[in-house]
Amino acid sequence: MAETLIRLRDDSASTAPVVAFADLSDTANALAVRLMPGDDARALLPLLGQLELVEVAFPGFNDGRGYSAASILRESGYTGELRAVGDVLVDQISHYHRVGFDAFAPDQPITRAAIDTAIATWPEVYQRTVDGRPAIWALRHG
Amino acid sequence: MYQYDTHDQAMVDARVAEFSDQVARRLSGALAEDQFRPLRLKNGLYLQLHAYMLRVAVPYGTLNARQMRMLGDIADKYDRGYGHFTTRQNIQYNWIKLEDAPAILADLASVGMHAIQTSGNCIRNTTADHFAGAAADEVADPRPYAELLRQWSTFHPEFDYLPRKFKVAIIGSDVDRAAMKLHDIGIQVVTNAAGEEGLRIHVGGGMGRTPMIAPVIRDWLSPLQMVSYLEACLRVYNRYGRRDNKYKARIKILVHEIGAEEYRRQVEQEFAHILTLGLEPPPAELARIKAQFADPAFDRAAPVAIDLSDPDFALWVDQNVHAHKVQGYGIVTISLKPTGGIPGDASADQIRLMADLARDFSFDELRVTHAQNIVLPHVKRTDLHAIWQRLDEAGLATPNLDLIGDIIACPGLDYCSLANARSIPLAQKISARFADVERQRDLGELKLKISGCINACGHHHAGHIGILGVDRKGVENYQLLFGGSEGADTSLGSIIGPGFSEDGIVDAIERATQVYVAQRTDGERFLDTYRRIGTAPFKDAIYG
Ligand code: HEM
Ligand code: SF4
Repeated sequence: MAETLIRLRDDSASTAPVVAFADLSDTANALAVRLMPGDDARALLPLLGQLELVEVAFPGFNDGRGYSAASILRESGYTGELRAVGDVLVDQISHYHRVGFDAFAPDQPITRAAIDTAIATWPEVYQRTVDGRPAIWALRHG
Repeated sequence: MYQYDTHDQAMVDARVAEFSDQVARRLSGALAEDQFRPLRLKNGLYLQLHAYMLRVAVPYGTLNARQMRMLGDIADKYDRGYGHFTTRQNIQYNWIKLEDAPAILADLASVGMHAIQTSGNCIRNTTADHFAGAAADEVADPRPYAELLRQWSTFHPEFDYLPRKFKVAIIGSDVDRAAMKLHDIGIQVVTNAAGEEGLRIHVGGGMGRTPMIAPVIRDWLSPLQMVSYLEACLRVYNRYGRRDNKYKARIKILVHEIGAEEYRRQVEQEFAHILTLGLEPPPAELARIKAQFADPAFDRAAPVAIDLSDPDFALWVDQNVHAHKVQGYGIVTISLKPTGGIPGDASADQIRLMADLARDFSFDELRVTHAQNIVLPHVKRTDLHAIWQRLDEAGLATPNLDLIGDIIACPGLDYCSLANARSIPLAQKISARFADVERQRDLGELKLKISGCINACGHHHAGHIGILGVDRKGVENYQLLFGGSEGADTSLGSIIGPGFSEDGIVDAIERATQVYVAQRTDGERFLDTYRRIGTAPFKDAIYG
């Protein structure tokens, strides 16, 4: 069945209210935040210990800033839920997964099976990223 | 040259499977055209005026005979018996059916080729000096770095939806044959006093409607940090490049608006962070790739002297054969610019002939040049005559390399949906007007480049003579530029005055060459004379 929220995590979803990045200064102890494409993910770094959920908005699938935002959060040690929200299409899922997204809230529902297939698109990968897969250069040289 | 291993092959095979599925979903209607468009573009498939166009990647312009032969077979099987070699060192087919695209990609994959990232707002196919590994003036072969970049950029998950397309060019000689400074990133492999290789990184060049020459952002980078540094360059661009206006979205605008200094600072900061992540392939990987670009088994005793008594042959050798780093060898450039022909076009039979010549005489290697010609990089001088005869029979021995007949032209209004004016027929007219090879040789090196609109696919900004097609109240009109160059002395041409009709511009060029002949001093090229005497004498002669 097609769903509107697919989580690849075992913990239960955060129930905290999602605070817009722009309103963060008024809500110092926010647990859930939403980043728009122009928001600076690095501004969240002081909050990483407390955050359970970061939503990264994709108002259009072809605005790729959210991929860098996700990478930066994961590289900085964020382990909470990272959710791609909005114009999230099946053909971009494998990339989302490689930069650390582990939850998807697409405007147009996608099936869990389609997500799993998409994540398996690449038998191997050329780059090391936050998803922990060994890059092809690592396979070659052990 | 580089050979795919099982890992590389697995990746192109996976791509064929993915794209076949996407085409099937498009044909069934499950994918809407606006969703399909970015996906097909990442496979080099454009919807043009009359049909789909497929752009096939030739990584850093290097290919072997089997791959070249396949390009000819594809032209026969799926197109109209022609292929079109382009300024991006790629080949395009202009008459492709969507249904055939998966089969073409499968054919390409069978010889280790693909159309990955030949379009779309991602990191495009890296281009390189087409004489790499062969030129006498080379400091280091840039292709191992280009191959490392190919792998790093292939399906890079963070950089597939950049603000705009992203083009990297790399050279390893002070002679720039790749228009390196006119790319989003231009890399020059250099050596220091200790003989170590390093990379000089330029960022923010480009053509299009706002041409810019890339400033140096890093004067010296260890080759073992290249991937990390480029990761930083791209991340800064992905986050801060403009997305509000597609004409201001290239990295050149970002670098220009915040300044090279500030861009450098941001990149260095990001670079310091990225170095902590361990993203760089190990030295053993660069060594593995370098080993595959080792010199072929040259015959170091091959004689230099050859029989040049046939004047036509001697002319061709003089014009189209360059100095090789090994005595007794030469670098052959096969001109795809016959008099009155379509620049860059080759028939399936011609493509297969060039493949055979590479197999028999050039250690199985060919190059595609950004000037839309083909190179046999490693030819024994004693084989030149045999090669020339076979090229001549096939109409491929035009001795006009770097002369006015060696025109670069974009597809223009004959194929391109963005065009304002036709480029190809104009190139044909100019080529016919200057058909006399002795006259061309008298005019010397003269790089003429034509674009059918401001997007500048034909590099008109960088032409010694550039031509830009514009639309003037619904009528095709051509503007004339002088003074561009894409060599080590990169410069941007400037428009000299009001535009011309198609016939008018051919006359104007002829008058400009007359001014040059009258004013030149010994050894001066057209470009040098123009730089010395300025626009006025040319304007007087042309607009009189
Ligand atoms: C036929 C359809 C084509 C279309 C629709 C097209 C589209 C464009 C556009 C829109 C630009 C401007 C990009 C910008 O300024 O941001 C551009 C630039 C360029 N294109 Fe094309 N192009 C086509 C064919 C070609 C061909 C055949 C080549 C050669 C392979 C080519 C190579 C280039 C180059 C070298 C530039 C300028 C460098 C740059 O600033 O990127 N294009 N093209
Ligand atoms: S320069 Fe313009 S007309 Fe020529 S191919 Fe590019 S977009 Fe088309």
